Order: sequence, then C-alpha cells, then structure tokens
Amino acid sequence: MDIYSKRRFVVYGVFAFVVLLFLIILFRLQILNSTYKQFATNNVLREVTQYPARGLIYDRNGKLLVYNKTAYDLLITPREVTAFDTTLFCNLLNISKENLKAGIKKATKYSPYKPSILIKQISPERFAVLKEQLYKFNGFHTQSRTLREYSTTAAAHALGYVGEVSGTDIKRDSYYKPGDYIGVSGIEKTYETQLRGTKGVKMNLVDVHNRVQGSYRNGEDDVPAKIGKNIVSTLDLNLQLYAENLFRNKRGSVVAIEPATGEVLVFVSAPTYDPGLLVGRVRGHNYSELLADTLMPLFNRALQAKYPPGSSFKPVNALIGLQVNAINRETRFACYGKASSPIRCTHNHGSPNDVVDAIRESCNPFLWNTFKSILGKYKTSAEGFNVWRKYVASFGIGQHLSSDFSNGLKGDLPTEKQYNKIYGRGHWNALTVRSLAIGQGELGVTPLQMANYGAVIANRGFYYTPHIVKEIENDTISSEFKTKREVPIDKKHFETVIIGMSQSVQRNLAATVKIPEIEMCGKTGTVQNNQGADHSVFVAFAPRENPKIALFVYVENGVWGSRYAAPMASLIVEKYLTDSISARRKWIEKKMLDANLLDPNQKK
Amino acid sequence: MPKRNNLWANIDWVTVLLFLALVFMGWLNIYAAVYNEHYQSIFDTTQRYGKQLIWIGAALTIGLIILLIDTNFYVFFSYIIYGFLLFLLILVLFIGKDINGARSWFAIGSFGFQPSEFMKFATALVLARYMSSYGFKIHNPKSLATIAAIIFTPVLFIFLQNDTGSALVYFSFVLVLYREGLSGVVLFFGTLVALLFVLALLVPSLILYSVLLAIALLAFFVVNTKLIQFTRVLGAYLISISVLFLLNFLMKKEYPLAEIVMAGVLLGSVIVLLVSWRNRIKNYSLIALVLLGSILFTLSVDYAFNNFLESHQQARINELLGIESDPLGAGYNVNQSKIAIGSGGAFGKGYLKGTQTKFNFVPEQSTDFIFCTVGEEWGFLGTSVVIGLFLFLLMRLIWLAERQRSSFSRIYGYSVAVILFFHFTVNIGMTIGLMPVIGIPLPFFSYGGSSLWSFTTLLFIFIRLDASRFDQL
Repeated sequence: MDIYSKRRFVVYGVFAFVVLLFLIILFRLQILNSTYKQFATNNVLREVTQYPARGLIYDRNGKLLVYNKTAYDLLITPREVTAFDTTLFCNLLNISKENLKAGIKKATKYSPYKPSILIKQISPERFAVLKEQLYKFNGFHTQSRTLREYSTTAAAHALGYVGEVSGTDIKRDSYYKPGDYIGVSGIEKTYETQLRGTKGVKMNLVDVHNRVQGSYRNGEDDVPAKIGKNIVSTLDLNLQLYAENLFRNKRGSVVAIEPATGEVLVFVSAPTYDPGLLVGRVRGHNYSELLADTLMPLFNRALQAKYPPGSSFKPVNALIGLQVNAINRETRFACYGKASSPIRCTHNHGSPNDVVDAIRESCNPFLWNTFKSILGKYKTSAEGFNVWRKYVASFGIGQHLSSDFSNGLKGDLPTEKQYNKIYGRGHWNALTVRSLAIGQGELGVTPLQMANYGAVIANRGFYYTPHIVKEIENDTISSEFKTKREVPIDKKHFETVIIGMSQSVQRNLAATVKIPEIEMCGKTGTVQNNQGADHSVFVAFAPRENPKIALFVYVENGVWGSRYAAPMASLIVEKYLTDSISARRKWIEKKMLDANLLDPNQKK
Repeated sequence: MPKRNNLWANIDWVTVLLFLALVFMGWLNIYAAVYNEHYQSIFDTTQRYGKQLIWIGAALTIGLIILLIDTNFYVFFSYIIYGFLLFLLILVLFIGKDINGARSWFAIGSFGFQPSEFMKFATALVLARYMSSYGFKIHNPKSLATIAAIIFTPVLFIFLQNDTGSALVYFSFVLVLYREGLSGVVLFFGTLVALLFVLALLVPSLILYSVLLAIALLAFFVVNTKLIQFTRVLGAYLISISVLFLLNFLMKKEYPLAEIVMAGVLLGSVIVLLVSWRNRIKNYSLIALVLLGSILFTLSVDYAFNNFLESHQQARINELLGIESDPLGAGYNVNQSKIAIGSGGAFGKGYLKGTQTKFNFVPEQSTDFIFCTVGEEWGFLGTSVVIGLFLFLLMRLIWLAERQRSSFSRIYGYSVAVILFFHFTVNIGMTIGLMPVIGIPLPFFSYGGSSLWSFTTLLFIFIRLDASRFDQL
C-alpha cells in the first residue's frame, strides 16, 4: 500500500459528483420541465393548409361566369438551398437575377428554416416546364393554389375581384392568414363567406429539412378543406354582354331589374375592364394601371355615381301630388313655355296640361305647380316638405337599399334640418326649394336606386330590394330580398302616371325608342353638367302589363335623355323580351354602338 | 486464492459484462438513431448499425487477442507502440483526410482510421511504464518535465490536426498524476484556473464576482468557526462594497454595479489580507490571496480576450464555450439535443419512436449525440441506467486499479478510468448543455470503428493486466 492510496476517494468523489450533477440536470430536463415536449412537437409537426377551391358563379340561366384555374406558388426554404444554376432558374421563371436575389434575401430574413413564397402564381404551362427541372434546385418546392378565371369579360363590377387579405382583414377575422385570398369587391366580397369554403389542415411529420416524412397519426387529425359554395347570380349574361357592348366608347351605367323579384338582370358601369386583369401575378401592375386611367374604369358608377335625376324624377312628384290630393286626374296647369315662371319649360307642347300630358311632355310648370300644391297643403312648408320627403324615401331614394352590393352610396335626399340650416327656420318654402319639383337641386340618386324606382312604378307601388344573387348552393339568400316593400301610394295613381310614361315612348319617342309590339313605358331626363355636355338618362319598364324588366340608363355627356339613354334602353328591353332587335330598328342599334362620347372635344 | 495461471478465472468478468452491455446498448441506439423504414434489417451492412455490428465483432476479436498476449509485451513495447503511433499522428497531418475540418483520419478505401484514438492507450502505457520505473519521484523537476513531454507531445500534434476535443482528453491524466502523488495544490489550482477561464467568459461578471465572494466567505467560515473573526471578515467586504457604492452615488459617477462589487471585493481582500497577515492568521491570508488572485485572473482573461484576440479567434472560443445563444445559429445543435432528451420524459417515447433523432433534428445523432437517442426513446429511466452503468464501470476500474500489485498496472488502470471518465463527462455534458460542444465520442456507445476499437484496446489491456495481477511481485 502506498501513501497516496487514500486519494482514490477523491477520484471516486469526482466521479460521483459528475454523475450526480448529470442526474439532477437530466431529472430537471426530462421530468420537471415539460416545455421540451412541446418544442419537440413543434419541431416535427407541420400543419399544411389545404386551400379549398372557391365557389363558382353562374348567371341566371346557368351559364358559367367565374370559375377557378390552378396556379402554382414556388416556395423557398433558404437553409436548404445549395448552389444552383441561377441562369437556368431565372429563364425557367422568367425573372431577373436581381429579383431572385431580392426574393431570396427577403425569404431568408423571414426565416432561413421555414418555407416562404418566392414566386407567386406560376401558370400551369410554365409550371410544367419548371417541374421537370425542379430536382436540380434544392430547397425549392411548389404548392398549388386556385385563381379566378372568367368565361367572358362581362360584369366585372358586379362580380368584383379577389385579392390578398390585408392586415385589417386578418385582424377582423382570424380565419385569414397572410397570403390568403379574399373577395375585395362585388359578389366576391358580399358572398365571401359562402364562396371561400373552409380551409383544411393536413398534419405532416417533417424532418429537419422540412421534408415530409408522412402524415401524423395516419391523418386522423387532418381536416379536409371544404369547397366553397356555388352561387347563381341574377345577371343575364347575354343581356349584360349586349348592354356592355352598347356602352362601348361611352361612360355611364345601366341597371336592369326584374320588377316582380328585385333581381338585377344587368349591371353595367362603363367603361368597364376585363376582370381577368385582376388575377394572378399581373394583378398589382394592372390594378395601378386601371387606377391611373382617367376614364376611371374601376369606379362603379352604378353604385357610386350620384347626381340629380332630372326630369326622370317627375313621375315621383306627380304620384305624390295625386296621393295627397294636391292635384287630381283632371287638374290642369297652364304652361307658358320659355316664359313660364318660376321654372321655364324648354319642352315644346300644348297648354294647359293634365298630369298625363305633363308626364308625356315633361312639363316643368305642371310639376312645379304640383310640388307647390303638395307643400302648400299643410300648415307650413316644412310640414308639407316632410310629407313629400317621406313619400320620396319610400321609393328607396336617399337611403341604402341594403342590397347585396357592398358599397352602394346612400345618395342625397335633403331634410328639413338641412334647409333650416341654409335658409333659417321658416324662411324657406316651395319656391325656395323649387328645383326638387323637376328632380334637380339637392337630390342625389344612384343608377341602382333609379332602376329600383323604375321597378316600383312597374309594380304599381312596391319593390323587392334589388339583389344580384339568386341562389346559393345548400344555402338560402337573405330573407330581406323576399320581403315586399310597399310604397304608400294607391295603385290607380300609378296607372295614371304610367299612361303618361307610355305615351312618352309610344307617341313622342316613336322614331327611336318605341319597340314594335311591346309597350314600353319610360321617362327621359337630362342631367345638367357644368363640366361638359349634359348627361342623358332614361327610366323605363316593359311591357306595360306584367312588366318583365325595369331599367335605368345613364349616359354621360349624352345631352338629351331621348338622344342616347332612351334608345339604348329600348334596345336592351327589346333584346331581353324578344331576344333580337327587329330589322327596322337595326339602324338605331348601329348608331348607338358607333357613338363615341369619350372624346371631350366633340360638340353634340 | 485464485489459481495463478488460470487466465480466464482471473479475468474480471464484471468489467467485461459492463463493456458488453454498453456496446450492445450503443448498437441498439445507433439502430434507432438512423432507423429508416427502407432499411429495416438491423443487420443491413449498408447502414450504420450494420457496420457497427461488424466493428463490434472486430472489437471482440481485438479484445480476445489482447487477452491472449502476455502482459510483458505491453510493458516492454510501450515506448515502441507510443513511438509508432506518434509517427502515424505526424503522418496523418500530411496524408490524412479532412473530415469536419479536422485532419485526423487515414482513409484506407472506405475505411477510416484515426491514430489519435489509439494514441490514448499508448500514452497511458508509456506514462505507466515511466512512472513505475525504479526510483521515480513525481516532484523531481526532471520527472515532471518527462511526464509533461509524454502527455503533451501527442496533444501538440492532435491540436495541429485541429481536433480540439481529442486533445483535451489528455488533460484528464492530471487525475492519475494526483493519485500518484502530485500535490493537490496543482489539482486545485489547475481546476480553479480552468474553471475561472471558462466562467470569466461565460458568466456575467456580477454573478461571477458574487459567487467567488460567497465561496471565499464559506471558506473563511469553514477554516475558522469563531463567529467574531468571521463577522470581521464579512464586515470588511460589506463595508468596502457599500462605501464604493455610496461614493459612486455621491460623486454621480455611473460605474456598473459589477465593477463596484469587483472593486469592493478587491479592497476587502486587501484589508483582510493585511490584517490577517499582521495577526498571523495564515488561513485567512491564504483565502484572501486566492480570492484576490482569482478576480485579477478573470479580469485579465476578459481583458486579454477582448484586446489581444482577433474577432474570428473570439468567435471560435465563443463557439467552443457555446456562448452564442442564437438557438438557430451556433446553439442550434445543443438546443435540439436538449429538446430530444427533454421530450423523452420519464420513460421515453419508446424504442424507434423518437422523432427528434429519427428526423435528423439532432446532428451527429449516431456519433457524438447518441445520448440524445437514449434520452428521447428511453426517457429518464434510460439515461439513469446508462449513467449508472458508466459510474459502475468507472468505480470498478478504480477499484481494480487499487488492487494491483504493480504500480504499472495501477497507473495504467487509473489512466483507463480517467480517459473514459473524461469522454463520459464531456460527451453527456455536451448533450445536456452543460459543456461546450466538443466533438468527442461516448465510449462504447457512439458509432465508429476507430473509437470503439481504441476504447476496447484501452480497456482490455487493463483487464489483461488485472487478470495477471498475481504474476507481479
């Protein structure tokens, strides 16, 4: 035994100390601390979102309007990327090396370990070529997404478009994740929840390189994606195309409604654009180009153009006059033509006129007298005004129609308060606000509201809220659209006014607007425009009995209601009701198609 | 008394069984670590577990051969073996193959051979031979110089191969030297310096100074339990720190707290040193001096690190110490390793069910990080068993070494134990985040022919020496 043999205990001690230390640390790591289990799960589980295809959109006759096409996103996982042939890569994808560099930098900044989208929405054709070569590029993979595809260029404003979700969308609804698509306008927006379907999730086990190693628990926890619901629109594609064609080289809008249901048959805002421009990789570029276009193709005139309705508003005042007994069927007022006061009459016609004559001839003095009588029937002008206002509002004017258009304007219908503010309480009367008598002044109405007003007259006193969706697959449309909304004016008064509207078309506009064998009733209007030629408007419905279509046509710089708006309306109605244009009216069709009202220099 | 000449009866079968158990468990875990549904056969020799089986077979053959060779062979040929391997060690620098930045492998076909692995047993043999020579005195400067030469010559070449891990193993011989009479002071200060060096870079200075002070205070208390003396010492430190703290506040200087504490501890130590020196309280002066020295040493390490080293050298040391805490950067491996072990829980996820190792989240999972597989699939139960087996083996080796009659066998036995211990400590310490990531294998467990054979050789020479312990006078 040597003297140092006791030192073995120090060595034992050192061994025991380390082992004890290890056991304590392992105990903490493996038993006390449960977070590592979570980390391990996070490591190996990858939730792969399954994107459902968006619901399809059909027209009322079952023609496909909007469907889906497959596009591919190229994703990059920067850490897995090895040296590759960048020239080949850029050629395959048709991108520049700078773009590639910037993209890789951005992806690396996001995460070197997680895949991020490098190039979005590669077309199937390009993808087919890329796929063959993809094995040469480590760290890249693809995922498929569906994009919107349109069968025609029609109805861009009604259908709307789909875009990437914004920050506010994500905040508002946790369903959305960055990079998801959402309906931005039109039907796509209003019916987003039905169209989008439900995203699914697939749980994959991945290795350290994010390579899928199989499904987790044999897919027990997977949630399959639910395809979006198909939607049948109320639009009539043929008629829509026809109306859009009529509007070539013009600015304006047409809204046509089936009076018995409130279904929107035609919804045109001109100039329009090809909805296909706002799909895929080119969307951002095209969007800014459309936005910069001085003709404002993105501006939805049918919902957002607001202007005084002019003479086309005259039937409303006549109806209110008849209802409140300010006038009756026999009441006649004299017209002194241009010498009339306080509103002169520019229309050339006889005198004195009854209400039917006045509507037919668009007589300003008659409507002024009617308006004066309405307001004069009550103790104060203000009270009379309020009664008048209530009736006007019942037509859906000056309020949101709560239709399924997401961004319709409310329009302007002045209130007593407003006038009190301008003129002072008790300091205004019918004379002060006389412009209202002939649809001018503080009134502001959108084409959709005007078309609805046409439907009210066609229905002789009621309407259904105009809407653009007829059916939703396995779902029902809002009961709002099935609720009859009454206008508190007797049917007989409508019949009276309708006589005038019919005579207006049949007698005064026989040459260009009268449709053979169909009795269309309508009222022209001219909207004063300080910046150029006046706007041409026309509200109408047909046939007179059992109306099938009520519509409003608005042609910017069309000068007179009878010059463009009325003939165009008659063509749309004829097309809808007879499916063709009669031979002797072909020349009108040609004239309308050929008219170019976009040139600001032309004198009309 | 066992029969002298019956080799098989004298073999310590407990050690052999421990060896077999560790090798077998290692093989099972290598299978689990690289388990792949396409190659399910555990005997598939295109896969690592299949190859490991071949290595194991070869290792058993090597073990058997070693047992059959006469013990005198090792004594007589120790220098020759040492010299030959040293030659290979130098040769590998020129014709070796780069693997992971280290040029430590001879590539012979698909088969790799790492001389530094075998250098360990050769060094142990020479050390045992030299230190057991007649008239050897450990504190003789010439002896110390010779020992240093024996140990550090291979270290030098292994460092040159850029294989830091393998080189560090040789520092474990200090424990052998300690057992053979090297002053405990050397061990103490050696450990202290190494510890302080690492801590100075690793631990925030405020904590480091506080811990040093606390340890010193404990030492003051232990060497002299008279409360009045201890209170004075405590007072000296607290007052020094408080005064400096107050000064800093009053003079509106904005020195960080760590520097104030550091200066306070230095000031306190000087006071304690002076007072205890005058009063001839030797223990106190000593402790105060060591504390003073420790703090000055950490300061100089910090200073040297920040001022003398190039940034890439700093980065390497940081990397070595695992200071980079970016979990996706340098710390990635350790973090994934801890996740693997931690996710095993008490009883593990079950054999072949580990996801961390199976899907390659853990790097080098069949070699340096094989312990992760144990932790993930067998849980705390498995890790305790493995650690327990290692402790048992290490204790057994010391016990065997102590029963040797010849100092040659004893020194060699100790060497075996401390080499295995170093590997065990650094490897497992690394996987649980306690040690910097130094790539050295877990003995008998990790995949690889060279390391398995070298450990087998190392161990079986000792088993052979032990088996013939009665032959020695």
